[in-house]
Amino acid sequence: MKKTKQLLACLVLMALGLGTAHADYTLNLMKGVTQLSNELYDLHMLILWICVFIGIAVFGTMFYSIYHHRKSKGHKAEQFHENTTVEIIWTIIPTLILVGMAIPATKAVIDLDKVQDSEMSIKVTGKQWYWEYEYLDNGVHFESHLDEASEKTHRVSSMDPHNVANYLLNVDKPLVVPVGKKIRFLFTAADVIHSWWVPDLGWKKDANPGFINEAWTSVDKPGTYRGQCTELCGRDHGFMPVVVVAMEQDQYDAWVKATLDKQNQKPDLSDQTRNTLMAKGESVYLKNCVACHQIDGNGISGWFPALRGSEKVTGNMDQLIGFIQAGTSKMPAFKKLPDDELAELITYIRNAPALGNNVGDEIQPNKITPKWDDDE
Amino acid sequence: MTAVVAEHDDHHDHHDHGPEKGVLRWIFTTNHKDIGTLYLVFGLIMFFVGGAMALVIRSELFEPGLQFVDPNFFNSMTTMHALVMVFGAVMPAFVGLANWMIPMMIGAPDMALPRMNNMSFWMLVAGVLLLASTLFMEGGAPSGGWTFYPPLVFQNGKSFPFAIFSVHLLGISSIMGAINVIATIFNMRAPGMTLMKMPLFVWTWLITAFLLIAIMPVFAGAVTMLLTDKFFDTSFFDAAGGGDPVLYQHIFWFFGHPEVYVMILPTFGVASTIIPVFARKPLFGYASMVYATGAIAFLSFIVWAHHMFTVGMPVAGELYFMYATMLIAIPTGVKVFNWTATMWKGSMTFETPMLFSIAFVVLFTMGGFTGLMMAVAPVDFQYHDTYFIVAHFHYTLVPASIFILMAAGYFWLPKWTGNMYNEKIGRLHFWLSAVSVNILFFPQHFLGLAGMPRRIPDYAIQFADWNMVSSIGAFIYGFSQLLFVYIVIDTIRGGTGEKVSDEVWEDASKHSLEWTLPSPVPYHTFTTPPERIPTEHF
Repeated sequence: MKKTKQLLACLVLMALGLGTAHADYTLNLMKGVTQLSNELYDLHMLILWICVFIGIAVFGTMFYSIYHHRKSKGHKAEQFHENTTVEIIWTIIPTLILVGMAIPATKAVIDLDKVQDSEMSIKVTGKQWYWEYEYLDNGVHFESHLDEASEKTHRVSSMDPHNVANYLLNVDKPLVVPVGKKIRFLFTAADVIHSWWVPDLGWKKDANPGFINEAWTSVDKPGTYRGQCTELCGRDHGFMPVVVVAMEQDQYDAWVKATLDKQNQKPDLSDQTRNTLMAKGESVYLKNCVACHQIDGNGISGWFPALRGSEKVTGNMDQLIGFIQAGTSKMPAFKKLPDDELAELITYIRNAPALGNNVGDEIQPNKITPKWDDDE
Repeated sequence: MTAVVAEHDDHHDHHDHGPEKGVLRWIFTTNHKDIGTLYLVFGLIMFFVGGAMALVIRSELFEPGLQFVDPNFFNSMTTMHALVMVFGAVMPAFVGLANWMIPMMIGAPDMALPRMNNMSFWMLVAGVLLLASTLFMEGGAPSGGWTFYPPLVFQNGKSFPFAIFSVHLLGISSIMGAINVIATIFNMRAPGMTLMKMPLFVWTWLITAFLLIAIMPVFAGAVTMLLTDKFFDTSFFDAAGGGDPVLYQHIFWFFGHPEVYVMILPTFGVASTIIPVFARKPLFGYASMVYATGAIAFLSFIVWAHHMFTVGMPVAGELYFMYATMLIAIPTGVKVFNWTATMWKGSMTFETPMLFSIAFVVLFTMGGFTGLMMAVAPVDFQYHDTYFIVAHFHYTLVPASIFILMAAGYFWLPKWTGNMYNEKIGRLHFWLSAVSVNILFFPQHFLGLAGMPRRIPDYAIQFADWNMVSSIGAFIYGFSQLLFVYIVIDTIRGGTGEKVSDEVWEDASKHSLEWTLPSPVPYHTFTTPPERIPTEHF
């Protein structure tokens, strides 16, 4: 009987998925690295098994009937069409099973919500299309973008994703957390709704513009844990991964110190060679501009203007600086871009062959005069 | 096309007329059979339009990397695929079945409001064309998801107001269709056809129609609030003006959850009609089927926030919506048990409609299992917005609603046309569909559990294998549906050449009134009410 075989194949596939759950990342939910994620994993397996057993019982009965109660075997149809006892039984048994499931589920809901007594807090802001992290206790503050290799590869069709380590799941600056500490996350968004998900932590949480959501974690094991934005947030929704690196407390402390030192450093405004300006400019471009203006500088017709051959880009340099710093109704104001990065970016967009521009000039970081008045 | 063979029913004394000639017949028709045909043909065309969009999606996801389409167009495809399939294919197809079958099943000459019937069909066409026109607009078709969540929806280009007006038209059309169904069922039943003697398909449509009337205005209201937020400076969904984007999600899913039952309840009805005929037994637990349908419809109004467990809700809210959602498993379970009990100790044969119906029971139940898993709020924090949910709702829609629509086609085409379809090709269509639909959607469970979010045009390498399998399944499934088109056309043109009896299926007239009519069905039926009501079930 083909039908039975098909069902068997499905069950075998499912069983395979369960059996190799630990070894194979691609079939089952991962256990994760927090107490919470383990609790959720156990709950997931419990319900999965309940479903498998109900499935075997119901489909087993059905296929027994399909096999035996067929006309071709000469089976005569009986004409019963009601049985109150049976109907009551198959209403009550599922109800009891549901109650049995609801008890551990209720406990897990309450556990998910226990954000109190956290030892540190991190504010996470979703933006199109990257994450911004702010450590509320020590002032560490940075943006976390898709790494350059993935960024380039997904935009250039001739590049093979298989050559990129952790394609689309890697960032330039991961979120670093200490192990064993209870961390409270505060989620919000700057533009549209995003959702922050690391499967190993056991949950995702929406980041809503104008509101703050809370969630918590306490990572048991040092390591690198990867996830993605899971709420459709526009064109590059698939390209804003989350990477969390958990490390021992002393390493974490050292990381905080190093990051703060770098954060407080004044930008290096010394002159650079033209090649350095161009190379660094490409990085700045990939991080800040490529999502709208595209890798070839053509923009997207009807949405984002082209930089290729644009009068604004290749024309007066001072006006260009002012334009980038001020932004427009559609383009964010890049007034916080340090002078060195701004100089690199401008040199790049005016001269990059990739964007089809070739003005033949350059600007050094110390030549950037502030065009944006902060008091404005 | 001429699914309806338009012979006069000559033995009537009064002045009787057949259909008009030519294309005007289809534009001005008020005949429930003609309108049913229009709806069904329109639904089938849209099924292929939406399917083509799905194949664009599956082509892009065949391999990691971006090969064919721009991410924004990809997002338009996911958005439009959903809208076209829900509002263009599945809902119209079921309205088509309702038009064809409800009057014949309750012994009525036509729908209660024939002119409105015509209008509701053409408004549907207008709505869908308006929606399709957005594909050619500056900035492309809507790309923020079929749910139109703000603030993302405001970033759509010129298409935004057009998509919303299209939703208004579709909503008005649905409401008119629903009013017509209710008016027909309440007022036009043949003498002796009490509510509890109605075939289950009629019952499920009656309940569906009430759902539609309750929810379509809510949806229209929600999208109108979007419209005023964008163009008239209101701030319903903008925190800066005191609004809340999550409010939209609550309103949307208050519509959205009953909406998915609008697509599944008539599916239940058709399955409950087909299975008894081929098991040669009365439907088991008729009354409990009716009550279960009512219970599911009621529950659908009080569970909406399970679509948004991760949005940031108080614990009490999460718990309430979790418990309420889990309750749905009880009446749904009753239905599955009843279908199984209907088959039990029957005398089954496995013609194509029965094959599709059995596959529906099995595969829909698997969709129900994953639904139960996601009802458990804390684990939904993992499943939510991944391919796991994509697998879940496609299991409850494709091998459920779509399979049952196919089953209904095979089941009633001989009645409508008087010709028998080609059983061999029908079975080939079934086996290709049943196998490929699992190749298509089963691996998506793995993808979701492994961490692949939905609605992404490109993915990490570890998701490559199952995506490729899924895409292969999609292409087999998509192209094998062309067999159905072939069979429909072939059957209309004469099929196997075998003229079918009035009953078509053995003892079918014991189950429902339409099988007491001649095959093909005359243009006008039950101008005098039937004398005897089939009483198989109670």
